[in-house]
Amino acid sequence: MVRFENVGLRYGMGGEILKDISFEIEPHSFQFLTGPSGAGKTTLLRLILLSLKPTRGLISLFNKDASQLSKDAITDLRRRVGVVFQDFRLLDHLTTYENVALPLRVQGRDESSYRAEVVELLRWVGLGEHMHALPPVLSGGEKQRAAIARALIVRPELLLADEPTGNVDPTLARRLLRLFAELHKSGTAVVIATHDLALMDQFETARRLVLGDCRLHIYE
Amino acid sequence: MSERGLIFARSEEQRSLARFVDETDVGLRRDVPLVPAASIAGRALVTVVAIMTFLAGLTAGTAMLIANAADGWRGAVAREMTIQVRPVTGRDLDADVAAALGAARAIPGIADVYAYSKAQSEALLTPWLGTGLDLSELPVPRLIVVKLDPKATLDVEALRKAVTDKVPNATIDDHRLWLQRLSIMAGTVVVIAFVIFALVMAAMVLAVGFATRGAMAGNREIIEVLHLVGAADGYISRQFQRHFFRLGLRGGLIGGGAAILVFLLSGSISALMRSTAGGDQLQAMFGSFALSAKGYGVIALIACGVAVTTGLVSRLIVFRRLRELM
Repeated sequence: MVRFENVGLRYGMGGEILKDISFEIEPHSFQFLTGPSGAGKTTLLRLILLSLKPTRGLISLFNKDASQLSKDAITDLRRRVGVVFQDFRLLDHLTTYENVALPLRVQGRDESSYRAEVVELLRWVGLGEHMHALPPVLSGGEKQRAAIARALIVRPELLLADEPTGNVDPTLARRLLRLFAELHKSGTAVVIATHDLALMDQFETARRLVLGDCRLHIYE
Repeated sequence: MSERGLIFARSEEQRSLARFVDETDVGLRRDVPLVPAASIAGRALVTVVAIMTFLAGLTAGTAMLIANAADGWRGAVAREMTIQVRPVTGRDLDADVAAALGAARAIPGIADVYAYSKAQSEALLTPWLGTGLDLSELPVPRLIVVKLDPKATLDVEALRKAVTDKVPNATIDDHRLWLQRLSIMAGTVVVIAFVIFALVMAAMVLAVGFATRGAMAGNREIIEVLHLVGAADGYISRQFQRHFFRLGLRGGLIGGGAAILVFLLSGSISALMRSTAGGDQLQAMFGSFALSAKGYGVIALIACGVAVTTGLVSRLIVFRRLRELM
């Protein structure tokens, strides 16, 4: 599904911030991406999402060599990936409903075709009462849940989540993790970037990709 | 139902929820612009576009007014010719005038021929020489006005030959020099108007370009999020195009409306001033000073064109900038 071969990344003339990264993400797999703050977890997720170009090495997404893909082809692949950003990236002028529906809207789908689905998901993540609210009036946890709902609404084949439980209470964190587990069982490959050890301990069988010293260490 | 089922199954429960949502319409907004509509930059752009459209409308309207007036002058001048009979010692001027009239009347293509009397000819000199002078001592030429038949073609050379054969001291002025000068003037006005129009449009395109780049910088977050949730470049650029088309349309309508208002007012004011001396001069130069329906149509077209240009320019710039992003 995702394959990195000797990938390196540097910004400008600086030193490499990621060196010789090689790994694969199999379909239906579940893994945590961890490491200290600033180790490059978010950067690695952006490389997987093809929103950054590596300075060297090979990245393939859904068995397609990223360097050979056109912009339209990259867009098509991104539609198969759900992303939860660390800083939520909700659009402040759109309501919670509109934010969650955004990935479907940009595909040109008619609003009536997905309205029930979006409303249902919003209710499930506990935002049924905040459908009309704009993000600035939501709490951190509510924004987090809206961001997760936006990633899930496209029923992604691959879910990338950057610190998805960073702003929610332990009960909701467990609930969200259960949701990710269910997604994984339904066939979605899941990558959760976190440095929350307690969260990872709830999923002891999950593979751990650990970033440190600009390199990636894999613990099966 | 499991958590997975809640999200992915299209269950009876979900179908009934869909019906409920559809029937009750929970007040969800539809088609909210993805690029925020209200911004200070947006208002500034509307103002700039309005001013540019106003100037473009004024330029086009004025050019049309002058071109129409020039056409009027040209038509009036082209429908007339003048035969000038100079007094020559030893010749009877009145007889020469009568002979020239007779010769001119015999040429086909002439609707009417009449001569200015001696008194009328002298009256023509009054504005230059003043009144109270005895002009009988001066060799004042006599003028014959030849009105051309608009439905027939006149052989000017035949007329010249017929008249000068009988009256060697007669000359024919077919106003060609005037016509040439009028054509040059009208052409120059149109070219100047076109240049001003092109400059105004170029300035507007640049202003829209700056505004689009500013809007892109201000909405970088939105563009990035749209990209990452799977929006194609065409979709994103369409959002900006729609946004800027609306701004352009608003500016175009304000500017075009103001230009139309100016011409309506100028038409009304010139009609009110018709009885004054200045009004008479204006009337003689520019007719009623009122724009035709075609002129108003052109200004409306400019306003719409400005809106379309604004949208297209922003789309082009957004598309180019998106190509630079991965």
